[in-house]
Amino acid sequence: MATHHSRSAARLMMTPAVVLLLGWMLVPLTMTLYFSFKRYLPLRGGDLGWVGFENYTRFLTSSAFWPSVQSTLIIVGGVLIITVVLGVLLALLLDQPMWGQGIVRILVIAPFFIMPTVSALVWKNMFMDPVNGLFAHLWKAFGAEPVVWLSEASMPSIILIVSWQWLPFATLILLTAIQSLDSEQLEAAEMDGAPALKRFWFIILPHLSRAITVVILIQTIFLLSIFAEIFVTTGGAFGTRTLSYLIFQRVLESQNVGLGSAGGVYAIILANIVALFLMRIVGKNLDA
Amino acid sequence: MARSITPRRKTLNTSLAWAVGLLIFFPILWTVLTSFKTEAQAIASPPIFLNFDWTLENYAIVQERSDYMRFLWNSVIIAGGSTLLGIVIAVPAAWSMAFVPSKRTKDILLWMLSTKMLPAVGVLYPIYLLFIQMGLLDTRIGLTIVLMLINLPIIIWMLYTYFREIPVEILEAARMDGASLREEILFVLTPMAIPGIASTVLLNIILAWNEAFWTLNLTAAKAAPLTAFIASYSSPEGLFYAKLSAASTMAIAPILILGWFSQKQLVRGLTFGAVK
Repeated sequence: MATHHSRSAARLMMTPAVVLLLGWMLVPLTMTLYFSFKRYLPLRGGDLGWVGFENYTRFLTSSAFWPSVQSTLIIVGGVLIITVVLGVLLALLLDQPMWGQGIVRILVIAPFFIMPTVSALVWKNMFMDPVNGLFAHLWKAFGAEPVVWLSEASMPSIILIVSWQWLPFATLILLTAIQSLDSEQLEAAEMDGAPALKRFWFIILPHLSRAITVVILIQTIFLLSIFAEIFVTTGGAFGTRTLSYLIFQRVLESQNVGLGSAGGVYAIILANIVALFLMRIVGKNLDA
Repeated sequence: MARSITPRRKTLNTSLAWAVGLLIFFPILWTVLTSFKTEAQAIASPPIFLNFDWTLENYAIVQERSDYMRFLWNSVIIAGGSTLLGIVIAVPAAWSMAFVPSKRTKDILLWMLSTKMLPAVGVLYPIYLLFIQMGLLDTRIGLTIVLMLINLPIIIWMLYTYFREIPVEILEAARMDGASLREEILFVLTPMAIPGIASTVLLNIILAWNEAFWTLNLTAAKAAPLTAFIASYSSPEGLFYAKLSAASTMAIAPILILGWFSQKQLVRGLTFGAVK
C-alpha cells in the first residue's frame, strides 16, 4: 500500500521529533550520570574529581534519605487512596440522571485547571492559616483550638491539597469508563434482583479495574515529582521533604551536584519501574 | 434505552451531586469572592460570605504594584509559543506514524511516552547548567523550548490518536486522483485534522500554563510567568488575602475557561488512549 517513496518521506517527517526527544533524554541523562560519579560543588571548588559510587552510598546513608522515602510513600499512597475511592464514588454519582449534570461536572473538574502555586497558596493562607483561615474560624465556632495545619498536621494538609487537585482527574477518567459500560448488563442484573452493592461489586468494579489501574499509574508518576505544592507551603519542613524535594535541595540549595545527581538517578530508576507497568497497558491498547 | 428513575430518586441525586460539586468548587469560589473584598473584610471574623462592599481596588493595586501584565505576557508567550512549536514538530511525526505505520511505530510511540516519565528533578542540574552556558536562564525562549519538549510526547500522542480516526480510504482516493504528498496533507488531511489539532492545542496550553517545576526553577525576574508570580506571594510580607485572591483569580480565569471546553480531550490526552 504505502510506496517506497512515501515511506522515506514519512521517516523524514518523524526525524525532528525523534531527534529532539532523543537529545532531550540523552544529553541531560548522560550529564546526570557523569556528575553522580564526581565530587562536584560548584560554589565550593567546583569539580573535585571522580569518587566512584561514593555519592550513591552517601545519598542512601544520609539521615535525610529514609524520612524522605517515607514522606514520599505517605503522600503518594494517601493521595492515591483518597482520589481513587472518592473518584469511584463521585463517578458513580455523576453517572446518575440528575438536573444540571453538565454544571456539576464543571464544578467537580475545575480544581484540575488551577495552577499548583495558586491552589497551594490559597489552601495555605485562606483555609489553613491558624489565625485568619476558614478552618480556624470553623474550629473556633465549635469551641475547639485552631490547628496550625502546615506544621502540626503537615502531611495530612499536603495530602488534602494534592488530593483536591487530582480528584477531578480520577473522577473524569473513571466517569468516562463507567459511561462505556454496557447498560443492558446492569439492567439484566437489576431485573434478576441483584442488590445495588452486588451490582457494583460484580459488574461495575471489574469493568473499572483497568481505568483504576491507569489512574493509579499516571497519578503515581506525577505525584512522585510534586514540587510547587511543597515549595510554597512548607518548603520541605515539618517532615514533608519528599525524595524529589530532597534532590532539589541537594542540587540547587546546597549546590552539592554530585550527591543530588546520584539521588536523581535513584528517582529516575523509581519512576521507570512505575512507567514500565503503564507502558505495558498502553502498548496492549495500541494493538487493539 | 434510558434507565427509568423515580422523580424522588432524581431529586436526591441532584441535591447530593450539587452539594459535593459546590464543596469541591468552594476554594475557587472563595478565592474569587475574596478578591472583591477590602483587606479588612478579607480577614474579618467571622468570615463575610456575600454581604461585603464589592470593590475592584485589589485588581488595580495588583496590576500597578507588581507589573502583573509582564507576568501575564510571559505566560501567554511561553504557553502559546511552546504549544505552537510543539504542534509544528508533532504534526508531521504523528501524520507519518498514523498513515505510514511501520513495524517500529508502536515502539517509537511508547519510547516517546517514556521520555515524558523522566522525573524532572533527575535532570534539573544538567538543564540548569546548559541554560547558564547557553545564556538561556531566565529567558522566555529557553522556557518555551523546555516546555515544548516536556509536552511534545503528549502532543504527538494525541494527534496520533486523532489522525488514526481519519479513514485511510479518503487519502487513497486522493492519491488515485493524482494528489501529491503536499496536496494530500494540505487539502485532504488538514481540514479533517483541524478539530483534533485544536483540542490538542487547547490541552497543551493548559498544561504549559500551569507547569510549575521548570517555570519556578529556570526563571528569576525577567521571564517569570504567572506560576512564579503567584509563588512570590508566599513570602510573609506579601500576605494580603484580597490581593493574593485578585492575583490568583487573574492567573486562573483564562485557563479555567479553556479547561471547561477541553474536558473530553483531557481524558484522551492524559491517559494516552488507555481509557476510552
